[in-house]
Amino acid sequence: MPSLGADMAEGTVVEWLIGPGDEVRRGDVVATVDTEKALIDVECFESGTVDRLLVDVGTKVPVGAPLALIATAAPGGPPPAGPRPSGAPAPAEPPPPAAPPQPAEPPPPTAPPQPAAPPGTGPPRPRTAPHPAGRSPLTRRRAAAAGLDLAALPGTGPDGEVTRADVDQALRSGPPHRPRISPYARRLARERGLDPTALAAGTTGPLRARDVVAAPAAPVAPAPPPPRPRSVTAALMARSKREIPHYYLSTEIELGAALERLRRHNLAIPVADRVLPAAQLLHAVVRAAGAVPELNGHWIEDRFVPGDGVHLGVAVALRGGGLSVPVLHHADALDLDALMAALLGAAGRARSGRLRSSEADGATLTVTNLGELGVDAVTGVIFPPQVALVGFGAVRPRAWPEGDALVVRPVVTATLSGDHRATDGATGARLLHEIDRQLHRPEDTA
Amino acid sequence: MTTRTADDARALVLDALRAVAPGPELDALGPHDDLRDTLGLDSLDFLAVVRRVSDGTGIRIDEDDYGRLSDLDGWVALLTRPS
Repeated sequence: MPSLGADMAEGTVVEWLIGPGDEVRRGDVVATVDTEKALIDVECFESGTVDRLLVDVGTKVPVGAPLALIATAAPGGPPPAGPRPSGAPAPAEPPPPAAPPQPAEPPPPTAPPQPAAPPGTGPPRPRTAPHPAGRSPLTRRRAAAAGLDLAALPGTGPDGEVTRADVDQALRSGPPHRPRISPYARRLARERGLDPTALAAGTTGPLRARDVVAAPAAPVAPAPPPPRPRSVTAALMARSKREIPHYYLSTEIELGAALERLRRHNLAIPVADRVLPAAQLLHAVVRAAGAVPELNGHWIEDRFVPGDGVHLGVAVALRGGGLSVPVLHHADALDLDALMAALLGAAGRARSGRLRSSEADGATLTVTNLGELGVDAVTGVIFPPQVALVGFGAVRPRAWPEGDALVVRPVVTATLSGDHRATDGATGARLLHEIDRQLHRPEDTA
Repeated sequence: MTTRTADDARALVLDALRAVAPGPELDALGPHDDLRDTLGLDSLDFLAVVRRVSDGTGIRIDEDDYGRLSDLDGWVALLTRPS
């Protein structure tokens, strides 16, 4: 269970998108986890063959608990069917044999293929018996080849272990508990509002992407996710105000030249690649954070730990209320166009309630832009363990001195909330000035 | 050159809006209601609508046009002007 937020202690697997025997690649979405803040699509951090799922749908496990066992492919060779040798590094290592969760009860042998139980319908709680899945590589290979989920089979061996005979019995007695569906096909089906399990029930082999494409599209899009409880934001913000002695700065930034550069940039590119002023502001913040690294990182155990790159949290207001803060990792490696694309993707996923695990945590600095709400400025609350938060209000035409005259220019108020344990106001002022400077450097913006 | 009818244009824009901001506010939308205020669109949402309509019509909508696109009638006028 990866940490999907600084405040996350445990998570519930609500869906597996893979099963034993599936090939997975690093970055594939393999499961959906409910963190009580959001549903997150968890990406795999290793490539190989799924050996076993260790956590049942509906089971809540602490951060750090292994979710699945993945056999990694040896270089140039076929993937081993069993777990890797114990000496090899193993991010997805199985838990110690003490008390791993036991799988959901097996279906009756004549039952049709069953989807994993939906969350909230009372999946069986984990029992404290040893895991019954077969320890024999042969049994595992045999089950995987047949598309059987070992963890779902009744075991007759010692401690409920699934034996080869159990696998053979399951093969004779009925269809597999879990239809085989390629991860891509499952993703496609979900995007099209189709039930992959229902589709798979109508096929004999594994469900492939082409089967999904051939299926008639669902008439309506899936319903938007239910609103998330306030409690998580409440706890995090209360902690921030309890622990962090904030200081606050603000400055007005004139945007006339920057917006004109952006306008010309957008005239020259396809509509699909159009860059919003919001992305231009984020871009300036990212570059400023690189120039003032004292504000880019975390306060951990009474000292500042600088970030290994600028990982920018972007506060996104959700339709129907609430807040999501997806993280644009290594934003300092992105040019303006790439940053815009990253923002579009992350904001879209945040609003659909389906962030990816890689963008759910790890921000070193967060930006909140309330300009869309028509307010002039925001004095924000820092997301712990970060040490600063940058806020923007609305870009408005305002009187602006230029030489001896007053002219009307688009102006935005930029604010900084800083953690006074980590920095003083002078450092914060440098960051705001650097944001201003970045927005006045023609070669660095559009 | 074919000219789109006002009804076609309105349906096209409503489809794009529905994809971005579905809900009862959209069903009750009048021709002069401010789209951003009524539907709660932010700049990301508005860009998504612009992209969809540009894709659907082949008409390139530039940021300089945005001032005329605050309500449904403005969209219809833009999409039905003789090309």
